[in-house]
Amino acid sequence: MELTHYVVLSCILFAIGATTVLLRRNAIIVFMGVELMLNAANLAFVTFARMHGDPHGQVIAFFVMTVAAAEVVVGLAIIVAIFRTRRTASVDDANLLKN
Amino acid sequence: MTTFFAPTVDWAYLAPLVVVLGAGVVGVLVEAFVPASARRATQLALALVALVAAIVLVGTLWTDVTDQGYVDVLGGALRLTVTTLGIQAVVLVLALVAVLVVADRSADGLDAFAPTAAAVPGSPYEELARRKGLVQTEVFPLTMFAVGGMMIFGATIDLLTMFVALEVLSLPLYVLTASARRRRLLSQEAALKYFLLGAFASALFLFGTALLYGATGSVNLEAIAEALAQGGAGGPTAGMTGMVVVAVLLLLAGVLFKVGAVPFHVWTPDVYQGAPTPVTGFMAACTKAAAFGALVQVALYVGTGLQAGAPDTFRALEVALCVVAVASMVVGTVVALPQTDIKRVLGYSAIAHTGFVLVAVLGLLGRPTPEAGVDALGAVVFYVLAYGLATIGAFAVVTLVRESDGARDGVVLGEATQIRQWSGLGRRSPWLAGLFALFLLSMAGIPLTAGFIAKFGAFRAGVDGGFAWLAVVGVLASAVAVFFYVRIVVIMFFADAPADDDAAPRPDGDALVPDVPVRAVRPRAPVLVALVLCALGVIGLGVFPAPVLNLLG
Repeated sequence: MELTHYVVLSCILFAIGATTVLLRRNAIIVFMGVELMLNAANLAFVTFARMHGDPHGQVIAFFVMTVAAAEVVVGLAIIVAIFRTRRTASVDDANLLKN
Repeated sequence: MTTFFAPTVDWAYLAPLVVVLGAGVVGVLVEAFVPASARRATQLALALVALVAAIVLVGTLWTDVTDQGYVDVLGGALRLTVTTLGIQAVVLVLALVAVLVVADRSADGLDAFAPTAAAVPGSPYEELARRKGLVQTEVFPLTMFAVGGMMIFGATIDLLTMFVALEVLSLPLYVLTASARRRRLLSQEAALKYFLLGAFASALFLFGTALLYGATGSVNLEAIAEALAQGGAGGPTAGMTGMVVVAVLLLLAGVLFKVGAVPFHVWTPDVYQGAPTPVTGFMAACTKAAAFGALVQVALYVGTGLQAGAPDTFRALEVALCVVAVASMVVGTVVALPQTDIKRVLGYSAIAHTGFVLVAVLGLLGRPTPEAGVDALGAVVFYVLAYGLATIGAFAVVTLVRESDGARDGVVLGEATQIRQWSGLGRRSPWLAGLFALFLLSMAGIPLTAGFIAKFGAFRAGVDGGFAWLAVVGVLASAVAVFFYVRIVVIMFFADAPADDDAAPRPDGDALVPDVPVRAVRPRAPVLVALVLCALGVIGLGVFPAPVLNLLG
C-alpha cells in the first residue's frame, strides 16, 4: 500500500472532523470532531515522517496526544459544568450572549 | 549502539520563562500546603514577585540579544530577537498590571471570581461556599501558566513549540473565563464558546503544521522558509504548491483566530462580555500581544520563503491578509456603533485594533528584505503595548462601576455594563470617568496619548511597505471609531443620570432592570495602582515615546 493513501485518509478524517464541528449541535460531539481533527494531524505527521525518513514527525505525534489529553480535561470540565447548570449539552441552547 | 548526546541548554536565556512557569508550579503547591487564610496573600505575592523578576531578567538579556542580533535556544524552540524579547517584555508588563486588577477586592471585599467555580449556579452548595467565604485562589497560578505560554508563543520559530505554547496559554484562559462570581451562566457560556472555537482553531493550526512538515520536511520556520525559497521546479516543494497554500492558510487561520481578526472573530465579543472583567482585560491585552508575536514570526518566515520561491503564491497570500485586515477594521468599527453593552463595545473595538496592527504586519511583508522591516516590527510591538495598557485600564474601570441597592454605602451588586447606566458618572466620580475617557481617547488615537503614536507607527509601516490604500482605510475606520468612543465620553460627562423614559426592561439576556441605582465603588490599593500605571503609561508613551521606540529599533 502506498504511503500517499495514508495522507489522503488523514485529509478525509480531518474533513470529517471539521464538518462535525461545524454542523453538529451537541457540545460533546463537537468536541469529538476536534479530537478527530487532532488525530488526523497525527496520522499525517507519522506518515510524512515515514516518507522523509525522519523521526521528528513521530515524536510530534506524542506531543499532540499529550496536548489533546490536556484539552479533554479542560473541555469536559466546562461542558459538564454547563450540563449540570442547564441539563443540556446543546450548543444552540447556550444563547444568552448576543446582541 | 547510538550514543546519546545531551542537548546544551542556555538557561540564562530561558530564565524569565523558568521564573514565570516555576511560579505557576509553586502556586499549585501553595494551594496544597499553605493554610487557607494565608493562601491568597501568598499567591498574590508569588505572582507579583515572579513577574517583576521576569521583567528584570528580560531587561538584563536585552543588550546581549541586540548585540548578537538573534539568539537561538534549543534549536529555535525560542528565538530571541529585539522583537520577540520586546513581545515578552510587553506580555510581562501587561500581565503585571492585569494581575493587580485580578487581585482587586474593592467591591465589598469580594473579588471577581466564584467561591468555587465547579458549583452549580444557584445551588445550595454554591450558597454554602459563599457563606464560608471560600476563595478561588487558583486564578493566580492559572494566570502564570497563561503568561508563560504567551511568552513562548510570541518568541518561537518552531511550529510544534508554537502549538504547545498555544495550548498552554489557551487552556488556563478557558478555565478563567468560566469562573466569574456573578452572571455565571454568561460566564460558563462564554467559556464553552471560547473553548470549542479555540480548540477548532488550534486543530486547524496543527493540521497546517502537518501539511507544511510534509511539504518541507521540517517544523522549524527557518528550515521551512529555506525549502519554500527553493520552490518551483526541482525544489523540495516542487509539485506541492496546492499543499503549501492550504498549509499556510490553515496555519494563518489558527493564529488569526487568537488575534481575533475577521472572519475568525465571532468569539471575541461574547467571550469579552461573559468572562470575569479582570480576566477580560488580561486576555485582551496579553493574548493579543503574544498572538501578534506569533503571527509576525509565521508571516515573516513563510513570507520570505514564498517571496523567493513562489511569488504568485506570495501575492495571493498578501491579498488574503489585506482582505482580513480591511474586514477586521470595517466590521470591528461598524458593528461597535449600535452596541449597548460596554464590554461588547470594547470587544468589537479589539477587532478593529487587530485590523490596524495587521496594516503594520502587511507593511512588513511588503518590504524587499526582512531586514528592511525593523520599523514595522517595532510598530507592531509598540501598538500591542499601547493598546494593552489602555485596555487593561478600561476594563479595570468597568470592574468599579457597579449596580447597588440604592443605599449610600449599601450592598454592591454586579457590574453596570449597560452604556446608558454610565450616564452622569462624570459628575459623581470625575476621576474614574476621567481615567476611562483617557483610555478611550487613547484607543481612538487622539494625539498626546500612546494610541496616537501607535496608530501613526502602524500606518506609516503600512505606507512604507506599499500599502498606502490600506493605511487610508485604517485612518477612515479610526475616524468612524472616534464617534463611538466619544459617544461614551459624552454620555459619562454630559448626559443626565439614568432617565425614567426608557424604563422598560430591554431583552438584554441578563434581565437587567434599567433603574437599578449605579455607583462607582472606591478603588482600593491594587486596582488603584493598576489604574495609575495604565494612565501614566498611556500619557507617558504618548508624550515621550522615543525611549521605547529606540529600544525596539
